[in-house]
Amino acid sequence: MRNRDKQAHEPPFHVVKRDGVPLWKSMTIRVLAVVFGLLLCSILAVFLIDANPVEFITTLFDGAFGSARRLWKFGKDASVLLCIALAITPAFRMRFWNIGAEGQTLIGALASVAVAYYLGDSIPNGALLPLMLLASVAAGAVWGGLPAVFKAKWETNETLFTLMMNYAASGLVAYFLLLWTPSGSSVLGALSVGHLPIVIHEYFLLIAAVLVLTVLIYIYLQYTKQGYEISVVGESENTARYIGIGVSRVIIRTMLVSGAVCGIAGFLIVSALDHSVTTTTVGGMGFTAIMVSWLAKFNPLVMIGTSAFITFLQQGSAQITTNFNIDSAFPDMVVGIVLFFIIGCEFFINYKLAFRKTSKKGGRAK
Amino acid sequence: MNPFLDYLLTSIPLGMTFLFGCTGEILTEKAGHLNLGIPGIMAMGGATGCLALKFLHNTSCPPALIAIISILAAFAGGIAMGAIYSFLTVTLKANQNVTGLAMTTFGVGTTKFIMSGMATDAMQYLYALDYFRFPFAESTNALKYCGIMVYLAIIIALTASFVLTKTRVGLHLRAVGENPATADAVGINVSLYKYTATCIGSGIAALGGLFYIMDYSGSYEAYKRIEELGWLAVALVIFTLWRPHLSIIGSVLFGMLYIAGSRIPTLLGIKLDISATPLLQMLPYAVTIIVLIVTSVRKKRENQPPASLGLPYFREER
Repeated sequence: MRNRDKQAHEPPFHVVKRDGVPLWKSMTIRVLAVVFGLLLCSILAVFLIDANPVEFITTLFDGAFGSARRLWKFGKDASVLLCIALAITPAFRMRFWNIGAEGQTLIGALASVAVAYYLGDSIPNGALLPLMLLASVAAGAVWGGLPAVFKAKWETNETLFTLMMNYAASGLVAYFLLLWTPSGSSVLGALSVGHLPIVIHEYFLLIAAVLVLTVLIYIYLQYTKQGYEISVVGESENTARYIGIGVSRVIIRTMLVSGAVCGIAGFLIVSALDHSVTTTTVGGMGFTAIMVSWLAKFNPLVMIGTSAFITFLQQGSAQITTNFNIDSAFPDMVVGIVLFFIIGCEFFINYKLAFRKTSKKGGRAK
Repeated sequence: MNPFLDYLLTSIPLGMTFLFGCTGEILTEKAGHLNLGIPGIMAMGGATGCLALKFLHNTSCPPALIAIISILAAFAGGIAMGAIYSFLTVTLKANQNVTGLAMTTFGVGTTKFIMSGMATDAMQYLYALDYFRFPFAESTNALKYCGIMVYLAIIIALTASFVLTKTRVGLHLRAVGENPATADAVGINVSLYKYTATCIGSGIAALGGLFYIMDYSGSYEAYKRIEELGWLAVALVIFTLWRPHLSIIGSVLFGMLYIAGSRIPTLLGIKLDISATPLLQMLPYAVTIIVLIVTSVRKKRENQPPASLGLPYFREER
């Protein structure tokens, strides 16, 4: 009995927090995680769809980068995702769990469409586009600002508040669609006005705009006083208060920025891509964007890479669904599995397992 | 039947979808883990339950047994998802919000994959109402929409409430959720409690998915709405202030709100423009927001979430 007791108290290893990990090491761990994740996916693919693993991987790459058209589509999808991820990053740096990017973007898109729908005939395109942008930014800011006001005043749970605002946004979209389509079909055809001009390629302006926005957000977060305030509030509200930062003001202001950038994303989707709006216009990107932002440790420049990576997984595995004639939900499974691995691997970056050298040493961790 | 009574009787079973998810999430949150993967877990439960049904419907298995095996399969599916979640968040100390959202992406995606694989012969066996609507549904008019899983939901909620408030295990569980370091110091196995609560909670939530697809709607397409219902179940946890017995009433209320869009105009005998329907459908979300605000403004101590909700526990960290 005593013996068993003793053994139970001496596990072969215990977990120790690491102090700082060199970049090459953490990157190796992450790359390994991705490799293992993809390996598991390809094994799954063998069972589910009879694809051999090599075929799985090559199709993945072919689907994302296989042709000029696919490359442009890749750039487009990654940019939209990046734009939404940029939007939520200031909030997340502040530890404000804004999972309402979906709704903030959707309401931005709705505002753009509304402006184009009501004013499109009466004013020229050159004046219409700024108006659409303005409306989107305002709508997004309201949608993001509202939960922030309550969070700042009464610490209302922001995660669920922003989540509920998603459904409020999609309800409003459904309402206006019924209003605008007298037949009751709820399908609003592509607007003929309010299109962004086409430079070089259909998607070029969109991609360029998002890249510029990336740099701007990076500068905002890294080199401005407001960006610094966000980081301090995120680290410790008490510290922030102590050094004289108005925490409520920072929370509200940051969420206004966050919502406004979501609004810009909505504007870009409408003016450069869809020229219309449905309840599924954003299609879950508001949630995927959280992953993009988190994977990049909330660094806007790194997010270019992470958004490209997620888009690569989605578009590549979408190609698999067409090649092997399976359901379109397959990409979600692949992304989910790879994400599990990346999420799990953070443990090995932050902690290490210290193995017991001799069984005699009783340095118990309790 | 009286239209209001009919409205209520339809809302009760719909509410049970929320009740399963909500009870599961309460157990998880009491252990200090905010599981945002509940929508995905509920969907997965639906998928695994349907898979079991698919294999059994043509066999000579008695209907009641088929129902029970499907329920167990859904429960097992939920536990499997819960095990992934707890491995990542408890053992590997990963960020709970991110893990939960990934669970939802994965669960909803996998469910769609599984369900669409069954689409071709779905009609033959997915109208499985007969399997679940016993024992009183046929004999009593008032209970015609209620099957075994409705009673199961209520029993589970009451049991969870009893365990949480009246037993030592519940006390330990709440201690783990409030302050894991203190719980650890008095010799409670923190990881074991977190794992068990999360896995069982996920299993319970998963039943909600099966119930919604197989019993409430009885339609193969229904899996598409589970994600949305799952989020409402998460919201219901706050609405009912982490109390499973209150969530029985709360879930029926949410059920009533959820179908208010189609019911209220007929009830009041008014004819609304069709465009008003989406606005009425926003009701449950609006009510949730109002409740969130009201509870945060009142700030009563007993109405607060578990103190360490969302925080990873690492013994060597102070």
